[in-house]
Amino acid sequence: MDLTHTAADEAFRAEARAWLRARVPRDPLPSLETGEGFAAHRRWEAELAGARWSAVHWPEEYGGRGASLVRWLLFEEEYWAAGAPGRVNQNGISLLAPTLFDHGTAHQRARVLPSMATGEVVWAQAWSEPEAGSDLAALRARAVRADGGWLLSGHKTWSSRAAFADRAFGLFRTGPDTDRPHEGLTYLMFDLRAPGVTVRPIARLDGLPAFAELFLDEVFVPDEDVIGECGQGWRIAMSTAGNERGLMLRSPGRFLAGAERLHRLWRERGRPRAARDGVADALIGARAYQLFTYAAAARVLDGERLGPESSLNKVFWSEYDVALHETALDVLGADGEAADTDWAERYVFSLAGPLYAGTNEIQRDIIAERLLGLPRGRR
Amino acid sequence: MRFLLDAEQRAFAASLDAMLTAADTPSVAREWGRGERTRGCALWSRLAGAGVFALAVPEKHGGLGPRPVELVAAFVELGRHAVPGPLAETVAAAVLLADLPEPGPAERLLPALASGAAMASVAWRGGFAPDGDAATVRLALGPDGLRLSPGPGRVRPSLDPARRLAALEPGGALLCADPPTARALGHARLVTAAQALGVGQALLARTVAHVGRRTQFGVPVGSFQAVKHRLADARIALEFARPLVLGAALTLDRRDVAAAKVAACEAAYGTARAALQLHGAIGYTAEDDLSLWLTKARALLNAWGAPAQCRAEVLLGAGDRR
Repeated sequence: MDLTHTAADEAFRAEARAWLRARVPRDPLPSLETGEGFAAHRRWEAELAGARWSAVHWPEEYGGRGASLVRWLLFEEEYWAAGAPGRVNQNGISLLAPTLFDHGTAHQRARVLPSMATGEVVWAQAWSEPEAGSDLAALRARAVRADGGWLLSGHKTWSSRAAFADRAFGLFRTGPDTDRPHEGLTYLMFDLRAPGVTVRPIARLDGLPAFAELFLDEVFVPDEDVIGECGQGWRIAMSTAGNERGLMLRSPGRFLAGAERLHRLWRERGRPRAARDGVADALIGARAYQLFTYAAAARVLDGERLGPESSLNKVFWSEYDVALHETALDVLGADGEAADTDWAERYVFSLAGPLYAGTNEIQRDIIAERLLGLPRGRR
Repeated sequence: MRFLLDAEQRAFAASLDAMLTAADTPSVAREWGRGERTRGCALWSRLAGAGVFALAVPEKHGGLGPRPVELVAAFVELGRHAVPGPLAETVAAAVLLADLPEPGPAERLLPALASGAAMASVAWRGGFAPDGDAATVRLALGPDGLRLSPGPGRVRPSLDPARRLAALEPGGALLCADPPTARALGHARLVTAAQALGVGQALLARTVAHVGRRTQFGVPVGSFQAVKHRLADARIALEFARPLVLGAALTLDRRDVAAAKVAACEAAYGTARAALQLHGAIGYTAEDDLSLWLTKARALLNAWGAPAQCRAEVLLGAGDRR
């Protein structure tokens, strides 16, 4: 049992640090939830990809470095410590890409991954519907067989980044209809600019169009954009959800950097006593999440799959993130009300964490039933 | 990097678990609380025989140490089974004695601590010596240095009936006027955190079993979301405290140790509150064994550094460690 990295891993870390130090923009980019900011973040993805830093854990043929899980963790620590921009293609890289590695064809990977790595194609997620949130299997959007593909119709919502993104992935009902709602679903990719797609941006709490509704009216999708077997969408999506909640969506590096930033702010503001516990808890929680993830990475390397344990992660980081930013606003005192600061935007962003990627109530049900073994009951 | 207990370390913990299960440790803890120490001392000897205390004692003094990772793995089991006695205090005493500049006291006292022939307690800077009336080596760390106290002095009961709080008699032989204390305090905090983690794990397991059995409105109460979510939160707190405890055992960095102490003890205490609530009135009784862990979670929360002290330590010079 040890916490020391190999010399080769440390060299990888040093290379990432040096590159980031030279290249990270001195001034923060405009918010990625604006048209201007989205474009700036897309350019940053291209710059990252140019040096093969945008998806280090992917095989080299798709633009990665074939980095191990540990190296990915080290890269993420360096990335966020350097104050680098948010990742506009996060949903593609951490949700769609793992699905393609597990369930896609070589042809799909070759077609989708390189342009994802450069940010040329930015991906949105199209899962939720107005009547299908926590009860995702209640979704009704359909894919109907057509010559050489499928025609999508229905109404998707809460689709993050969809206001400016290029393509989306999601679940559609292909039938046959049974009384078991998890059956007859298919995982598909589609173009957000295709004929029949209407994107209506939705303003989040601070007014920025961080997500969107999608109205689909007989949108054609070729067969080559079906992922995995037709009718197996639920199983495939749940393996993606495990990934999302598990290791890859929110790396420890993000929170280690956030806790450091908060600690600095607290010192600069004269160490206000009232926020002391909150600052200490941010430092403790970041370290806990880092070490928890190192242990999970070791288990993955041993060949274990992270199953329902990923729900522990999701609740932890999402509530941690809110608490960290609440503490920051407390430290700022009256200034904490100002909306034109990084802290304010990060606070607003953090508030969505307990809602997306499966609400924390659903996660707690999973923990109770599948980890603790408590009996199923009414939701 | 491989941040997981190895097979040998897991087997060591499992062997202690089996030993403590077979020993009916809850009944030993109850006798200990009544001042009947025969079985408690026998269990202590068996733990020492398995090497538990030797892990804190250097090899040159008859020990196997220092082996903080194994020590932590052992203390999780001691907490899980509610083992009574001055456990963390014996570790603290061992490290305190080993670190003295003069080797005499260590040569005289440490072999007996490693073998289990002696049990130690420490009154740290004016505090109580837990189980100081049971200990045979009583150390008092005061303003004029470290002394070997001549007797337990006034003994008060603890909220945890299995612990007794001894003031220690003043005077006694002066072992060192200015002893190094940082490592001893760190080890005491670390093993207390590990013990608390085990206490929390036991509370969670017992409560999960209870709410699965207990029916109301015709169904197990564990099928209700209000119950499930409270236990899910307890599990999350314990799961994220565990790597802090193991990580602190590896680095022995004082901020890591303080973080582990806060996280493990607060997770255990939060689990104790959930356990009490979800057991209903039966959990509020002294006769149900749950009380052994409920009360210990509260005692350990403030032992060897209360949460506020440990948080202050985390903030001290927290730097740019990655």
